[in-house]
Amino acid sequence: MSSCSSSTCSGRGCGASTTPDTACGSIASDATHDLAVEAASDTSAAASALEAAGVPGLDRRELLCVVAGCAAALTVSGCSDLTHSMYVRDRFRELTDGEKKEILARLEKEHSATYGKEVHVTDTPARPGVEFGYALDLSRCIGCRRCVYACVKENNQSRDPQVHWIRVLEMEKEKGVDFAHANPYYDAEQVPRPGHFYLPVACQQCENPSCVKSCPVGATWKEPDGIVVIDYDWCIGCRCCVSACPYGARHFNWADPKLSAEEMNPNTHYLGNRPRMKGVVEKCTFCIQRTRNGQYPACVEVCPVGARKFGDLRDANSEVRYVIEHKRVFVLKNELNTRPTFFYFFGL
Amino acid sequence: MAYGAVVPPLLEPCAPNPGRMRVKYPGLLLCAVASWLATACQEHERPSYLSHGVEAASTPVEFEQELEVPPPPFTEGAFPCSDCHDPAIPPNTKRREMKLAHTEIKLHHDAEHRWCLDCHSAENRDKLHLASGELIDFTESYKLCGQCHGDKARDWRAGVHGRRSGNWDGHKKYLLCVNCHNSHAPKFQPLKPLPPPIRPAPRTSS
Amino acid sequence: MKTLGHFVGFVQGSLQIVLRGGKLYWSWIAFLLCLIVLGAFAWAKQMQEGLIATNMRDQVSWAFYIGNFTFLVGVAAAAVMLVIPAYIYNWKPIKEVVILGELLAIASIAMCGLFVTVDVGHPERLWHLIPGIGRLNLPRSMLAWDVMVVNGYFALNFVIVTYLLFALFRGKHPSKKIFLPLVLLSIPAAVAIHTVTAFLYSGIPARPFWNDAVLVPRFLASAFCSGPAVLLVLMQILRKLTRFEISDEAIWKVAELMAYAMALNLLLLGAEVFKEVYSNTEHLIHMRYMFVGIGDQTAIVPWMWTSVTMSIIAFVLFLVPKTRRNPWTLNLGCALIWSGVYLEKGMGLVIPGLTPDTLGEIYEYSPSRTEYLVAAGVFAVGFLLFTLMVKVATPIMLGEFKSRVSA
Repeated sequence: MSSCSSSTCSGRGCGASTTPDTACGSIASDATHDLAVEAASDTSAAASALEAAGVPGLDRRELLCVVAGCAAALTVSGCSDLTHSMYVRDRFRELTDGEKKEILARLEKEHSATYGKEVHVTDTPARPGVEFGYALDLSRCIGCRRCVYACVKENNQSRDPQVHWIRVLEMEKEKGVDFAHANPYYDAEQVPRPGHFYLPVACQQCENPSCVKSCPVGATWKEPDGIVVIDYDWCIGCRCCVSACPYGARHFNWADPKLSAEEMNPNTHYLGNRPRMKGVVEKCTFCIQRTRNGQYPACVEVCPVGARKFGDLRDANSEVRYVIEHKRVFVLKNELNTRPTFFYFFGL
Repeated sequence: MAYGAVVPPLLEPCAPNPGRMRVKYPGLLLCAVASWLATACQEHERPSYLSHGVEAASTPVEFEQELEVPPPPFTEGAFPCSDCHDPAIPPNTKRREMKLAHTEIKLHHDAEHRWCLDCHSAENRDKLHLASGELIDFTESYKLCGQCHGDKARDWRAGVHGRRSGNWDGHKKYLLCVNCHNSHAPKFQPLKPLPPPIRPAPRTSS
Repeated sequence: MKTLGHFVGFVQGSLQIVLRGGKLYWSWIAFLLCLIVLGAFAWAKQMQEGLIATNMRDQVSWAFYIGNFTFLVGVAAAAVMLVIPAYIYNWKPIKEVVILGELLAIASIAMCGLFVTVDVGHPERLWHLIPGIGRLNLPRSMLAWDVMVVNGYFALNFVIVTYLLFALFRGKHPSKKIFLPLVLLSIPAAVAIHTVTAFLYSGIPARPFWNDAVLVPRFLASAFCSGPAVLLVLMQILRKLTRFEISDEAIWKVAELMAYAMALNLLLLGAEVFKEVYSNTEHLIHMRYMFVGIGDQTAIVPWMWTSVTMSIIAFVLFLVPKTRRNPWTLNLGCALIWSGVYLEKGMGLVIPGLTPDTLGEIYEYSPSRTEYLVAAGVFAVGFLLFTLMVKVATPIMLGEFKSRVSA
C-alpha cells in the first residue's frame, strides 16, 4: 500500500528542494491530493467542456461577466460588503500575476482609506522546500491567554463580535485531555490553578484537512508550505468547514467585523490577516504574513513561558524537529486521521 | 497497490517518484474515479520526521561557541559588584544569613544546600564561578545553570527551552536563563490571565 | 408555430385559473403572501446585520435553516418514491399520483434552495457553485454533490411534469415511452438526493453523532413517512373539492406503507440509541443532550420527546387497520407523522450533532425571531408555488382545461 499513500503527494515525498510543478507533473503539487482532483474542474477543462457543449469561443471571462450582471441584478440592496465580491473573478490561486497585482493594489487602496494609514496587502508565496510545523509544550503552558490576544492584535480579528483564533481550554489533571470537561471560560486571579492544566487549540494545519475536503467551492486549500488558507473573496459562507473541523478552529464572521483604525495591523497578507468582511470564515494561518518572511508567529513570540515552538519540519535543525525527536509528542484526535502538523508535547 | 490492479489504464507511476500516480487521461469522470480511488486507498501514515534527524542528546551539553545573548537583568546600580565589594577586603566565606546587605534576596533555589558563594566568585566579585572553579562572566551564566540543569540547557541550546523571538529561519536569538527566571527564586511565578472569551449569546438588540 | 399557440393558450389559461377562486382560496393566498412579505423583511434585516440576526454561532453553526433544508429534501424525495407503490399496485390514477408527487417535489426543492440561500453568508456568491463558471469542488465535497443531485432532481421533475401536463393540455395522450423512463429514473434520483444529503452529515468524522452509517437508511425511512403524509391529505382535499377519483384503497395502502416506513424509522432510531447507551463512550454525550439534557441545559429535550411520542402514536394509528381507515385518525396520523419527522430532522438531527461542539462546549441554540420569520417566508413561497401548480394541474388532469388551438 505504500505506493497508494505516496499518491497523495504530500510534498515532502517529492523531495525537499523541488518546486511543485517540476516534481509531480501537471496534476500533483506540494499540496495534498485535492489538487489532483481539482484538475478536473480546472479552467482549461471547463473551457473545453463548454466548447464541447457547443459554446464555441465563449471565453470564461465573458461568462463571468454575464454572471456578474446577474449577481448585480440580484443583490441591488441590503449588502454593504459587496465591494470586494462584486469584482467577479476566479479564486485567487488561479489568477495571473497581473490580476493578483491589480487586486492587491485595489485592496491596499481601499484599506488604507478605511483605516487612515498605509496598509500593505502582500501575497508572499510559500518558500520551496519548507513545511511548517508547530509544537506546544503542555507542561509549560499556564493558561495566561497572552497568545490569544497577541493573535487578535496581529491578525486583525474582529473585536466585536469577538473572534478568537486560539481557544485555551482549562482541563483537570485528573481527567487528562478530556474535551467534555474542558472549560474555555475560566477566570482566576492567578494561573495555573491548582489541579489544572491548559490546552490551547487553534488550527492544527492538518495534512489531511477535513475542512478543505468539505468546501463546496474550493475556497480553502492547503498551501505547499502546509498552511491551510481561505480566499475570503471566494468563500460563500456555507460553514461546511466549520462543521467538518474537529478542532473548532474555524470561525465565521456573524456580523461586520469591528476593528478600529488604531488597532489595525497594516502589514497584511491576502490569504491571512487582511481585514475580512461579514459572512466569511477565517482561521489561524500560522501568521502567514510573518512566517513567510522568516519571522515567528505572534503567539510564539509573546508566550511568557516559551511553551510555543515553530519551524520548518524539513529542516533537521529546526526547533519543531528537535521536539519531535526528543520529546513525547501527540496530536489531538489522532483517531480522525487528520494528521495535524501541530504537535503537543511534554517538555518536562 | 490494490487499486492499481483495478484500473490500470487510469493510473501509472510517474518517473521521479515511483509510488506517485498521475492521471493519464484528464476528464471529469476519469479524474473523479481516479481521485476517489486515491482517496479511498491512501494510507494515512505520518511521514517520519526522524529519518535524518539530529543526534540524540545523550552527551553532556557543550557550548562550543559563545552565544549572543541580551544583558542580564541586574537590579539598578548592582553591577559591577566590585563597586561595593572592595577586592582589597577579603570576603567572609562562612555561610550565614545576610543581615546588612542583599536582605531583599530570599533564596528559594535549593536553599538548604546552597548559598551565595556557590555561584558568585569570592576571588573576583564581578564574576561567577563554575564547579570546576573556572570564572565566567554574568553573560555566560547559562553555563553555570547548565551544570545542574543539563536537560534544560540542552533544550535551550536547541532553541526549545525558553521563549523564541525573531526569525525561525535565521539567526537564533537566545535569552539568558535569568531573563525569565530569577536565579535566586527560579520557579516561574503565576500570572493573572487575560480576560476569558465572551460567551456566545443571542443578540439582544442591535 | 402551433406549439407556440398552445403555449400562449396555456399561459393565458393558467393565469385565468390562478386568478379564479373562492373566498377560501383567496384567504389562503393572502395569508401566504403576508408570510412571504414578513419573511422577506426578516431576510433583508439578516442580510444587513449579517447572520448574527440568527441565533447560530460558531459553536452551533448550522441550525434551523439547514434542518428545514434536510427535512424538505426528504419530502421531495418521498413524494416521488410514492410512484413505486402506485406503479407496483397498478393504481388507476397513476398519472395523477405521479404529477402531484412531482409537483410536491418541485415545491420542496424550491424551498430547499431558498433555505440554503438564506443560510449562507454570501448568497450573491452562490454562482461559485455553478460548474464551468464557478468551481464546484467535485468529487471531494459532499455539499458539491448535493448541489448536483438536488438540482438534477429538480430539472428531472420539472421536465416530467411539464411534459405530462402540456401533453394533456394539448389533448394528446402522453407517450409512455417518453415519460415512463423519466419517471423511473426519478425514483433512484429521489433516493440519491436523500442519500447524498445524509452523506453531508454522515461524512463528517468530527461529529460522532452524525458519523454513522445508519443515517442514510434512517433518512430514507423518515422521508417515506413525511412526504406521503402531505400527499394523503392533499388527495383527500382534491377528492372532496374536484371530480378527482381516488379510491379509499389507494389511500389506505399508502397509509399502510407509511406504517412500515415508520416502523423502520423507529427501529433504526432504537438501534442508534442502544448502540450509544450500551457502549456508553464519550460519544453518548450528544444523545444525552438530546434526550435528557446536560446539567441545566435542556432546551431541546421536550421537543425530542414530543417528536418520539408523535411518531409512535402515528405509527400505531397507521398500523391498526381500523384507525388507518377512519378519516379522522388517518389525518391525525398524517399531522403527527409530519410534525414528528419535522422535529426529528429539523432540530433533532442538526442541533444535538453540534452540541456539545468539537471542543466540548455547550451553547444552547434555539431559533431567533428572524429565523422563524425567514423560515415561515420560505415555507410560504413553497406552499404558494405548490398551491398554484396544483390549481393549474388539477383541471388539466380532469380534462377541463384544454388547449383551444385545434390539434
